[in-house]
This record gives sequence, structure tokens and C-alpha cells, in this order.
Amino acid sequence: MSQIGPIFRALMRNKVGALLIALQVAVTMVIIVNAIHLINARGDLMGRSSGLDEANQFYVTSVGYANDFDAPYVIDTDLDGIRQLPSVDDAVQINAIPMSNGGWSMGLQTKAGEGENSVPTALYMTDEHGLNTLDVELIAGENFKATEISYRDRNTRDWPQSVILTEALAKSLFPDLSPTEIVGQTVYIQSNEPLTIIGIMDHLQAPWTGWTTVNHSMLVPNKFDSPYSRYLVRAKPGQREQAIEQVEQFMKQREVGRMVRETETMTQVRMDSYRGDSALQAILWTIIVVLCIITALGIVGLVSFSINRRRRQIGTRRALGAQKADIMSYFLTENVMITSVGVLLGIAGSIALNMWLVSSFNLPRLSYIYLPIAMIAMWAIGLFAVWGPALRAAQISPAIATRNVYH
Amino acid sequence: MWLYYTRLAWLSLKRHPLLSLLMSGAIALGIGAAMTTITINYLMSADPIPEKSDRLFYVQLDNWSPNEPYDEPNEPPDQLTYTDATALKAQAPAQLQTALAQSGGVIEPQGLGKEPFLARLRLTHNDFFTMFNAPFLYGQGWSDSADETGDRSIVLSKSANEEIFAGENSVGRTVRLEGKEFRVVGVLDEWVLKPRFYDVTTGAFNEMEDAYLPFKLKETMELPNSGNTNCWKMPEGEGFKSFLTSECVNFQFWVQLDSAQEKQEYMSFLNAYVEEQKKLGRFPRPLNNRLTDVMGWMEHENVVDDDAEVMMYLSLMFLAVCLLNTIGLLLTKFSFKTGEIALRRAVGATRMQLYQQQLVETVFIGVAGGIGGLILAALGLLGIEYLYGDQVKDLASLNLPLLGIGILLAIISSVLAGAYPTWRTCRIPPASQLKSE
Repeated sequence: MSQIGPIFRALMRNKVGALLIALQVAVTMVIIVNAIHLINARGDLMGRSSGLDEANQFYVTSVGYANDFDAPYVIDTDLDGIRQLPSVDDAVQINAIPMSNGGWSMGLQTKAGEGENSVPTALYMTDEHGLNTLDVELIAGENFKATEISYRDRNTRDWPQSVILTEALAKSLFPDLSPTEIVGQTVYIQSNEPLTIIGIMDHLQAPWTGWTTVNHSMLVPNKFDSPYSRYLVRAKPGQREQAIEQVEQFMKQREVGRMVRETETMTQVRMDSYRGDSALQAILWTIIVVLCIITALGIVGLVSFSINRRRRQIGTRRALGAQKADIMSYFLTENVMITSVGVLLGIAGSIALNMWLVSSFNLPRLSYIYLPIAMIAMWAIGLFAVWGPALRAAQISPAIATRNVYH
Repeated sequence: MWLYYTRLAWLSLKRHPLLSLLMSGAIALGIGAAMTTITINYLMSADPIPEKSDRLFYVQLDNWSPNEPYDEPNEPPDQLTYTDATALKAQAPAQLQTALAQSGGVIEPQGLGKEPFLARLRLTHNDFFTMFNAPFLYGQGWSDSADETGDRSIVLSKSANEEIFAGENSVGRTVRLEGKEFRVVGVLDEWVLKPRFYDVTTGAFNEMEDAYLPFKLKETMELPNSGNTNCWKMPEGEGFKSFLTSECVNFQFWVQLDSAQEKQEYMSFLNAYVEEQKKLGRFPRPLNNRLTDVMGWMEHENVVDDDAEVMMYLSLMFLAVCLLNTIGLLLTKFSFKTGEIALRRAVGATRMQLYQQQLVETVFIGVAGGIGGLILAALGLLGIEYLYGDQVKDLASLNLPLLGIGILLAIISSVLAGAYPTWRTCRIPPASQLKSE
């Protein structure tokens, strides 16, 4: 520690060089802190559960075009056929695919009347096979009965009487009641039309992954009378590929005047939905790694030069009795001092950049845990970079002090 | 003279090959990262129709709920109702104006082995083709009377024409769409708008449509809604008609206004129209109509992805680190040459000449870094394309102006990196370094 004084005074003689390293460390730290913060924030988004059995599910789209296309007949017979396939666990027609970013939302209110407070929710139309196909569990109440399921078309304005809500939606509507107490309650859709809550399901995401109320979902006992129809299929565990093949084969061999569009697995839907997020993560990781390498190489370069320039002084110190370890520790200490200045600047800069990102791009606020981690990382990078040159400095022979060489 | 400086610089660089590589490598990485992200941002924020983007205006009317705005603080909806879209087309005082809607339907190509396919449809008026400079390969847009009666006329995209008619001139032939026969009146040439500014409600960089149909068909054929449909109250009554007369918004509207006066007149018309509708009990909110030109609308709709912007700022900071790195290295390197420089000064070189010599060396590093940077940017863009797939189709390619920006950035960067070390080195007094050794 007694070295700090002389090292500091020596540094002051080459202020610019030291300042440049410190600045480089500071900016590197600012980038790394904010990049890691972004990576983790996206990781949290991607880590949320959809509530589905994604590994075993896929959907397939059927589009009728024949003039005599009879949608309800085709849908009912399709579903019967698909459910009987050996590799299929269950299947439903559904109006929207979770995580696909396309769907239908409505507002629910606990009091009837226009202008009353309304809670937004995604709406999934399924029959009594919905719960099993989606792989969501009832935590209270009961499932739809087969007799409750009705067809609607795009011009149908009224709603079936019973609905099943996710727990999150139920809690938003009735914050003071338990799930069992919420079963049987009435909510209003389109301001005045009453619905009875017959069941509460554990968890199911809305189709829009970026939605603020992504956990608000509602099942409605409807099928949709339209030539454009999506079937969600749940394969038996581990048999997704066979199920896809069997479903496609079954649907394509039926001649009912429709086209069968490509099948998409829920794994693909998830990947597409979070593609931007995982891409951002990959890019930021690349930036972080390259940045660390550049900063480290920069330090190596600068320190090597400064050692070269001080060869004679080092030799003289050695000749006067300094140990190799003393020389090592001189350069390591010098580096820690410079890095520390950079790290302090870096903390201020990281917070400033994050504040700007929060206000300009609505990004989440920085969690302060990243700061000490980044500080330690910066010191480590600095020491790692300086280690080699310092080791070489320590090897400088004391005899060099007596020589009169230029380099 | 310069040749001599060049040789000196080359020798100096060769004396420390690793260091030279590190310096130009750092600049190359910085420029590569910056150029990759600048390219994406530049192409995302590009003017899709520069020849007239300041004369095309997007129309917004505020038909929303009396209880709350469509969007905070007091934004009108981003689309119109069918009622208003058709009324404006019929009544508003402009030479060129068009309503638009997205839809979809199955096209059944005739012929052996041709599969039906789901086509992206754009419902619009014939002014659309004139206003947005759509390039025709064959034929032209449909007639005014087709706009009024909802004639089954169709304009195909180049790729749809290839799919259905193997690329032949199909004008006058028929296409089967949604179970009905349509007459082909025109075929477009290759047409890609980035962003597809005329409708950004479901994403600014979506693909262009396969076919274009008269807007009136929405009503007569009851074509399905695509895109976003937003309602603040449910349609009243039964049937498809009730949707068309409802307060649900699903339609876009553009108008071409060639002068400030025309714009003012158009705005007065919109205000008068809404006042008129208020008497019928519609438009419960205060007057809040908007006319926004193309670039204003792109800004409003936030077509440049936030992530792309954040990445650009981070990569500019990354470039800053690379520059700091190079400044530090150059400084140390030049400080090593103090002896040589002092000697040159002593034998008569002027400070200016020395300055020029050092500058040549800096430029070497800058040019190498710049070239490396552009190569890295090209690689970076390939990487972006790989990571984002179709989302960045046609948005990840370098073009001439971008190459210019890249070269400019490289020059600025190397001058920035070289200026201070060069200046400092050349301030050395001739005698100081000659004494000791």
C-alpha cells in the first residue's frame, strides 16, 4: 500500500494515457451494465410461462373456398376425426393461438352500464375439450358441458352465458374474493350483457406477448362458423411429429372444398413471437464479448508500452533490491487505481444512460445489483490484461540499469 | 514528398505489426458495429415515397367514446369507420383520395397441378395506384365506375400473376377469388415499399399484397376484416351491414393535397363533416381531426423499432470505446518516436511537415479500419438477417449512400483518433530528446 503515493505521482506525469484507459473502462462498463440489464429483462419476458404444453402442441389452419363449403359440418367432422387419431390426445377449434400476436380482446366489468370500469381480457373460443387441449387446470368451478357449446359467426353480437376465467383475470375483477367465491359471480360484457363465471383456470397467456395484461384470458363456449378455421391439437406426450403427419394426412384426404395451410408447432410460435428478443440478446452478448476483448487488448498495449519506456527504471529498482513481486505489484496496483477511476465514472454513466433509456424508450429501470458485478468484472478484466505485461516487466534483469540502450 | 511520407508511415506501421493490427482492428470493429445498426435505422426511417411524401396526408377523425380517448393523452383512432371512409371518398374536395382496407381470400388458379392459395388482398379506390406511384407491368387500375359499382375487377401483383398466369399478360382474363370470377384489369411490376407506409397498423414492414380490389366489394361481397378492428361500442343490429354502419374502425384513408391552401380547405371540410355528423348523434368527443403527411405519420406510428434505436446508441458508444482505445495506443506509440521526431526537427523539418508525416500514418490506420469496418458491417447485416429472418427482409443491405456514410465515419473516426496524438508528438522541442541517450 505504501506504493500508492509514488504510483499516483508517476501516473500524474502521464495523465492523458491513464485518463484514456479510465475513460475506456468507464464507457465499457456503461455499455456492459445496460446490455446485461437488457438481456436479463428480455430473458424474464421469454421465461414467462404461456400455460400451455408447448412441446406437444401445434395448430393447423383450414380455409374453405368452395361455394357449397359447409363450415360447421367440416369443423365438427374434422374435430371428430382428429381426436380419434392414435397419436392425438385432444383437439379444438380455437379463434386465436396463444403467443401468436393475433386475437380478440374484450372488456369485462363487474357493474353493468356504459362508462363503468372495465377490465380488458383476451378471448378464446373453444368447446369442452379446450381445457385439456390447452393443458390448463381448473382450480375452482367446472368445465363447459358439451350441450353448452354453440356456433357463432362474425355477425353474432350476443354471448353464451357461461365463461371460464384465468385466476389473474378473476383477481383483477374481484380482488377481495377467493377463486371458489368468484365461481358463480356475474360479470358484464359489452357494458350490459351478463356472463356467469363457471370456472377459474390456473394460467393461460393472451395471444399478445407484449400486452400489459397478458395473463388475462377467458374461455367462451363457442365454435366459430367461418371458412377460415384453426385447430389446436395436443399430441400424446412425445408423439408430436407423428401427430402432425397424421393430422395433415387426414385433413388433406378429405374432399370438402378447402385448403389446408402449413402446420405450425407451438415451439415455432414461441420462437417467432420472441424472435426480436432473442436476437437482441444475441447481439448484445456479441457486443459485450468483443468489447471486453478490445478493452483488454487496449490495456495490454498501453501497459506494454509504458513498461518498455520504463525498462531502465525497472532495472534500477531491481538493482536497488526490489523483488520481482514488487515490480508485479507496482503495475497491478497502478492498473487497479486507473480502473477504479474508470469504474466510478462508469457507475455514474450507467445510471445516467439507464435513466435516459427509461425515459426515451420505456425500458425497465436498472437493478442496482448489476453495478457491483460490473465493477468486479472491470477490475478482473484490467488485472487479467495487465498480468502478462507485468510478468514480463518483473523478468527485466537488474543489469539493464547499467546498460545504455535506447529501447 | 507525400510518397516519402507514405513510405515512412508504412515502415513505422510495419515495425509494430501487432499494434498496427490492433489499432485498425479496433476502428474496424467500432465502425462495423456502428454501420450495421445505422443501416438498419436508416432503412427503417427511409422515406418510402420521397417524390411526394409531403403531399400525401393520412386522415384521422375522432369518433371515439365520450368517456375516454382512443389513446392517451387525446389521440384520435388510427383508422376510420366504413361510414366515414366512404363518405369522405364521395364528398371530400380532393382530386386524389382513397380509402384502404386489408382483407384475405382464396384464389383458385386454373390449370393442372395448381393449388389454391390464400391471398393478401387490399381493398382500395383506383386513385390508390396514381397516388402511390404503383408501377404497372400490364394494363392499369380499374375505372371510376368500378369504384362506384363494385365491379369485380382485380389488379394482380407481379408474383401473383406469375403464380396464376405464369407471368403472361393476363389483362382481360379471369381469376377465381372467394368463389367469384374477377376480371384482371392490370398487373403490377415488382413493387416493394419499405416501410409499407399506406398501412402500418399491423406492422410497417409487412409484405405487399397479392391483389388489389375495388373498395366497394367490402360491402357487396362481405369480405372479411383483416388487420386491427377496434370498437368502443358494439355494432347495433344484425348482420354484416351492422358492422359497416358501426363505430368500429378498420379502414385507412389517404388524400393527396398539392398546396397549403388545398390542405386548409380539406381540413375545413373535415371539420364541417364532423360537425354535421355530430348533429346526427355521432362523434361525441370534441373536434379532433388530423391530417398528417407520410413522414409525420411514420413518426407517429413509431415505425423505427425501439430496439433498433437502442442498439444504434449502444454501438455508437462501442465505437467510442474503440476510438479511445486507438487514441491511447497511438499516443503511446508516437511518444516512442519522440527521439526520431526531435532528430528530424533538429535537422530542419518544420513542425508542419512532421505533422503531415504523422497524419499519413493515422490515415493508413483509418483507411484500413474503414475498409475492415465496411466488411464487418456487411457480415453484421448478414448476422442480423439470420437472427431476425423475415422481419428485416430488405432492411439489412448496404447501399451507396450508406457506403458513403461508412467511409465518412471511418475518416472522422481516424482523424478524431489521430489528431491529439499527432499534435502532441509534434510539439516536442528539437533539443530535448537528443540529450540523454
